[in-house]
Amino acid sequence: MNNKNKTGSELTQTHETSLSRRDLLKGVGLSGAALLTGASNPAIAQSINTQSTNDQVSHDQLSDVQTSPVRIRVTEAFETLTAAESYALDAFASRILPSDDGTPGAHEARAVHYIDRGLTSAMAASREMYATGLAALDAHAMEVGGTPFYRLPTSTQDAIIDAMTRNAIPSFPMLNTGFFNTVRNHTIDGTFSDPYYGGNRDFVGWDMIGYPGVRAVANSEEIRQGRALAPSRQSAYDMPSYTKDPADPSVSSATGGPAHGQ
Amino acid sequence: MANENARTDVVVIGLGAVGGVAILPLVNAGLNVIGLEAGGWMTTRDFAPDEVRNNMRDWPQAVPKAKNEIPTVRANINFEAVQGGGHPMMNGVGGTSLHYWAQSWRLNPWDFKTVSETTRRYGAHRLPVDSTIEDWPISYEDLEPYYDTVEYALGVSGNAGNINGALQPNGNRFEGARARAYPMPGLRSSVFTDLMSDAARQLGWHPFQGPAAINSEVYGDRPGCLYHGFCDRGGCHVAAKSSTAVTTIPEALKSGRLKVITHARVLRIVNDADGRATGVEYLAGNQVMFQPADAVLLASHTYENSRLLLLSRSRQFPNGLANNSSQVGEHYLSHHQGSPVTALFPRDLHNWYGLPAQGVAIDEWADDNFDHSDLDFIGGGNLWVHTNRRPIAAAKMSTFDQVPNWGAKWKAFISENADRTNSSYVQKTTLPYRGNRLDLDPLVKDKLGFPVIRITGEYRENEQRIAAFTQDRMEEWYRAAGAIQIIRSGLGGAMGASTHAYGGTRMGDNPQTNVTNRFGFAHEVKNLGVLGASVMGTSGARNPTLTAQALAWRTAEHLAQNWDTITR
Repeated sequence: MNNKNKTGSELTQTHETSLSRRDLLKGVGLSGAALLTGASNPAIAQSINTQSTNDQVSHDQLSDVQTSPVRIRVTEAFETLTAAESYALDAFASRILPSDDGTPGAHEARAVHYIDRGLTSAMAASREMYATGLAALDAHAMEVGGTPFYRLPTSTQDAIIDAMTRNAIPSFPMLNTGFFNTVRNHTIDGTFSDPYYGGNRDFVGWDMIGYPGVRAVANSEEIRQGRALAPSRQSAYDMPSYTKDPADPSVSSATGGPAHGQ
Repeated sequence: MANENARTDVVVIGLGAVGGVAILPLVNAGLNVIGLEAGGWMTTRDFAPDEVRNNMRDWPQAVPKAKNEIPTVRANINFEAVQGGGHPMMNGVGGTSLHYWAQSWRLNPWDFKTVSETTRRYGAHRLPVDSTIEDWPISYEDLEPYYDTVEYALGVSGNAGNINGALQPNGNRFEGARARAYPMPGLRSSVFTDLMSDAARQLGWHPFQGPAAINSEVYGDRPGCLYHGFCDRGGCHVAAKSSTAVTTIPEALKSGRLKVITHARVLRIVNDADGRATGVEYLAGNQVMFQPADAVLLASHTYENSRLLLLSRSRQFPNGLANNSSQVGEHYLSHHQGSPVTALFPRDLHNWYGLPAQGVAIDEWADDNFDHSDLDFIGGGNLWVHTNRRPIAAAKMSTFDQVPNWGAKWKAFISENADRTNSSYVQKTTLPYRGNRLDLDPLVKDKLGFPVIRITGEYRENEQRIAAFTQDRMEEWYRAAGAIQIIRSGLGGAMGASTHAYGGTRMGDNPQTNVTNRFGFAHEVKNLGVLGASVMGTSGARNPTLTAQALAWRTAEHLAQNWDTITR
């Protein structure tokens, strides 16, 4: 697969299989930029993402990227999805929550990375469904358009998904409402979850629906502002008060220590 | 042979909402108590504002024991029971009171005397013929002092409606008389609850902030609620939720007379040849232990209370402990809380932050608060709307048939409407019926090889008629508040596994129809007390926890005050 032949949205794929030497060098620089965090503008992030795989990008632009207080895409391996599966799933998720309107969708939220991680842990029971479902999706796309699903025109992708929601693809029994509902649910989960889980990149999901973000306290004045309230821009686990690790037993807390009464 | 611990006065099985309350009057009376808890201790650091963890992956509910014991469910004997996706209850010191919604209601006086009050007002023919309902052996007035005690011991916020017969302007005018006000005022109102309260008043109704075991202000050494929006199935990050884990259990530990044994998986209650309980066998790691005690208090949740009794077979009790009457598991009911009404509003509701207990209730249509002369059911429902919204659930909102549920139009729809919808649930009078029961599943077992509980139950005509009636009232309320679209769901079928599960060890004077007596002790095993909603014979139209906690305090106090009679 050569990235020069792709549409704009495909250019933002992070896991190319044939990268030029220049792409690789840019990847190093962008990994550095990726460490920068702060106030986020999804539109800028999107343009940076496009630049990251654009052959015309200049060193000046790159230095702008590196000094911009914006989180940008990190190249990251998938835990369980194959390359082909990840392309198909990202294309599918991108039609459930598209970014055709110029605002970020499931692709920019990196919902596929959320699903990938989930499939190795809490959602492992769905792994086989994804394997067979995505293989069927690509096989059906080859029949319909002679290419894998992700390279079909979006109008054709939409027609296939619409047929799935009506159980109207009898030649591929996997492409049914059950598979659609699973992918839809997981795409939503990945787009709107806490970024801790790998999706909702740059809080694009929370911005989409006007959720001003997790916070430890919400007072009446803040709540009255509704979606005008300045977003908190943090993960639950950015706050020092929470952990998924065991609490330090030397620190007492309101619920007592683990050795209480024993 | 089991390893035997040193003898204690009382062993309590389960340190959740009710066991965690009962220990306090016991240690206050000078008794030594051992609490066996299947889970461990959790701290405020465990309770992150994380929708994936709390609401989707069932953490911390899915910790050690309960997840292996998920009940099977069938509507009636014509179906094979199947195991559901999750267990409604959790293990841990504090139990489900760690993450519950913490609505802390008293039942209305009518709920204790449904049979006699229905007969008096409308005639006995109005009681559904297939119901096994009885009056409680005690009245609201009997329980009032214990409601009062636990409201103060735990910390409950609310606005009183009736203090010694004097109606109060901001409370529930239909509630039974209380001796004094709540220890804290109700949780604050919100943009949305103010909107709904105004609409209710236009309809001539009397809205009030619902009571909650959540601090509305500093109470003791715990802070007031911070309204951050992750209370639903989440523990409190600042211990403002009055779980027994942060209230009565630490208080009891101060006495030095409570020993908590965590990660203790109780296997059975043991009895002697005289039919008295002698102690509890439990698993600690791979080790079987025996805890001898003069009295045993069974304080797990409704499903496990019946299961442990049914699994505790002996020569004296071949069908399970305290079950020679075959009443263990009978009179079961899951509270009818389904049949929601969902509304779409033309404006943002500002519900991103708040909590399920921060809500407004209407009691006009609950219990017998309205005239049923021309209606075809008894009882009713408590209308309740609350502030509670999180992003994933918000994005999964109904499309109200306006758009497909995917694609560009759907994206635009949820972008606009994610904060414009509200779904109510109405808790309804639910009755016990012949045929609805708990027993041991003949096929499905837990990981130790013990059968799980099988729920056989379905809602009957009375519940479905209440559902239809209260959906009308709910729609009326939403419309008055400006809702532009309404969706109603079905009226109810099979009873699923629920946090609001009642019966199985019902309390009553007649030992032929009840497992426990008026003080919660087994008719057949005099030193075995049972705590929890499993002793309740009716649900009323509101949450069970506070009533179960008041009963637990009363049972424990009765044990302490009648120690010699009960244990000798």
